[in-house]
Amino acid sequence: MAPRIAATAAEAVANIHDGATVMIGGFGNAGQPMELIDALMDCGATNLTVVNNNAGQADAGLALLIKERRVKKVICSFPRQSDSWHFDTAYRAGELELELVPQGNLAERIRAAGAGIGGFFTPTGYGTMLAEGKETRVIDGKGYVLETPINADFALIKALRADELGNLVYRKTARNFGPIMATAAKQSIVQVSEIVSTGSLDPENVITPGIFVDTLVTIGGNN
Amino acid sequence: MSTETTTFTTTDAALTRDEMARLVAADIPAGAFVNLGIGQPTNVSNFLTTEQGVTLHTENGMLGMGPVATGEDIDEDLINAGKIPVTELPGASYFHHADSFAMMRGGHLDVCVLGAFQVSGSGDLANWHTGAPGAIPAVGGAMDLAIGAKATWVMMGLFTKTGESKLVQALSYPVTGLGCVSRIYTESAIFELAGGTVTVRSTHGISFEELAGRLPVELVKAA
Repeated sequence: MAPRIAATAAEAVANIHDGATVMIGGFGNAGQPMELIDALMDCGATNLTVVNNNAGQADAGLALLIKERRVKKVICSFPRQSDSWHFDTAYRAGELELELVPQGNLAERIRAAGAGIGGFFTPTGYGTMLAEGKETRVIDGKGYVLETPINADFALIKALRADELGNLVYRKTARNFGPIMATAAKQSIVQVSEIVSTGSLDPENVITPGIFVDTLVTIGGNN
Repeated sequence: MSTETTTFTTTDAALTRDEMARLVAADIPAGAFVNLGIGQPTNVSNFLTTEQGVTLHTENGMLGMGPVATGEDIDEDLINAGKIPVTELPGASYFHHADSFAMMRGGHLDVCVLGAFQVSGSGDLANWHTGAPGAIPAVGGAMDLAIGAKATWVMMGLFTKTGESKLVQALSYPVTGLGCVSRIYTESAIFELAGGTVTVRSTHGISFEELAGRLPVELVKAA
């Protein structure tokens, strides 16, 4: 089924409900779907679990969701930054749960969810405090940790361009978590700078096939 | 990389950070795929020669990373792992996070260079968390990088501000990866680690004997 094309970011995120698990793409500002995050802020959904590489920066986007205590849990690899003060405050106050995951395990757990994998043994984290309490196994003399998939109700993603069937292309390092998050969420909501007519993307260059995309919204284009 | 013969050398003065970076760069084999982490090791890129034909990987989804971007070349969609704007070189490629960390974990990178709080004589690495009460943990790609590359090298100061050796018998900081470091570059000496043996390749501003007296691990002088 072709994706829904929302007229505004607010319309795009309107289905996100209290208690939802929401993946948010981006690494630093590259690929961060800022307009969708702002719309999530405005839509009022609360008690969210957020999956992102970081935990918000400065006074924008995810940091504001955390500031307003709309997030109960963050699953991420790198929460502490020079300007992550809203996360730091909420975390130190015990008002925000943190699940810290090595970045490659985070990516692979998201990929596994999208690929229908029930778990995998990874060498990353073996022998460290981040593997405490987890099943381990020695395979061919090397230690591995069992990691499980991270599924989500929604993914908020920024791509460069979509066609009307939801096929996506990204731009440079803004791609980062977008393609795997699109596979792991029940509903993928994607902001793009333009939606082109079906047939105008070279199929050889499509990075995320439209089957993984549920909602599109144009931001900063002619919309 | 392990086949090179090591000859002990010594110089009168401790190495500057640039001299350390120059030595690391000179040791990187021609044609290697290399990840330089964040912080001090990224300086190594300034000393790689075109003839070496080294390809730089950045965890946020790029091979063929070029120098830091300035002026009109700054593009918010093109950043490195430290979230600093960079450039792309001819032949560059972009990929999503799961592929990027598969490159690490799958042993496709030849060398990775990281900073460290401590390294043990058996190559255990601590570089992600001080473990101090109240410290907010953040791991990023550190654990994936430490155990993924074919060779993991460390650049660090050899002593803490209070004069204690950061090359230790057993880590007191939380583990990043076990038995993963094969070489350490410091201002005072360069060490090769293999099978629990610590070989001193060179000393700088300190004699081998004085060094051996200050470090808590047994040292072997390279031939």
